[in-house]
Amino acid sequence: MPGLEKTNFSGYHRATFKEVEDVPNPFAIQTSTQAGISIITLEGFVDAHTAPQFEQAVQTETEAGRCRIIVDCAKLNYISSAGLGVFMSFIEEVREQGGDIKICGLSPKVRHTFEILGFQDLYDLLEDVPTAIQRFEAPVKEG
Amino acid sequence: MASVERKFTLHVPSSTENLALIREFVTTVGSQAGMSDTDIGKLELAVDEACANVIEHAYGHDVSKEVIIRAIIEEDALRIEISDTGKGFDPATVPQPELDQLVAQRKSGGLGLRLIKNLMDEVQYEIVPGQKNELRMTKRIRKPDRN
Repeated sequence: MPGLEKTNFSGYHRATFKEVEDVPNPFAIQTSTQAGISIITLEGFVDAHTAPQFEQAVQTETEAGRCRIIVDCAKLNYISSAGLGVFMSFIEEVREQGGDIKICGLSPKVRHTFEILGFQDLYDLLEDVPTAIQRFEAPVKEG
Repeated sequence: MASVERKFTLHVPSSTENLALIREFVTTVGSQAGMSDTDIGKLELAVDEACANVIEHAYGHDVSKEVIIRAIIEEDALRIEISDTGKGFDPATVPQPELDQLVAQRKSGGLGLRLIKNLMDEVQYEIVPGQKNELRMTKRIRKPDRN
């Protein structure tokens, strides 16, 4: 497995910060706009360390009054509850403003994490960005 | 051949920066134990959640403190022990509201313990506040389906 060559896990090992840099698939985040919708692209992992950057990105959009948000997770390979918490804490606010946070591109592994906690009942989990844009333009009434 | 219990230990400074390293450690051990990718993913998430709790709540982000993660591979199970000397808490007293309630209250936390319980087969806490807190979790080893 890449990133482990320098690390001897047999027996006692004291980690250093430098070694963390060797862990593959670091976190990256990017915000763009398409058809008047904010698209936040997540890459790598969102955990308790990187979630504050994700939170800041969502907050930047909501504070600017941009409440139609798509979070593209196609390049996201891991999320913990710290990342899920960002979706939780903003969704009421954006819906009150007539917007939504739509989540797309989930890998089976990441999707499983969302589904364990029942996110599929409260959020649109969609295939990709075009599908999510379409859902904003033509919302589906269910029930 | 008699099975040999294999033990691995990781000591890391209490910083969320080290969560990635902790996940690498447990996924490597899970792989060595012969677990399926799905179960390794569950183990990875459970240990991350538990260690994030220690770093943020037990130690309050005090990087001079240390989180210790022990992994013990047994014949049919992988045992994980996470210990700290920080501010302990009784998980039984921590409310675990449903997702819709957390969303309505605009909370960003409150899911970690629920995830841990859901992902692992056994979860036990031993808490002596300020002295030693230990979370012991077990994941049974189900060999990957080769069909």
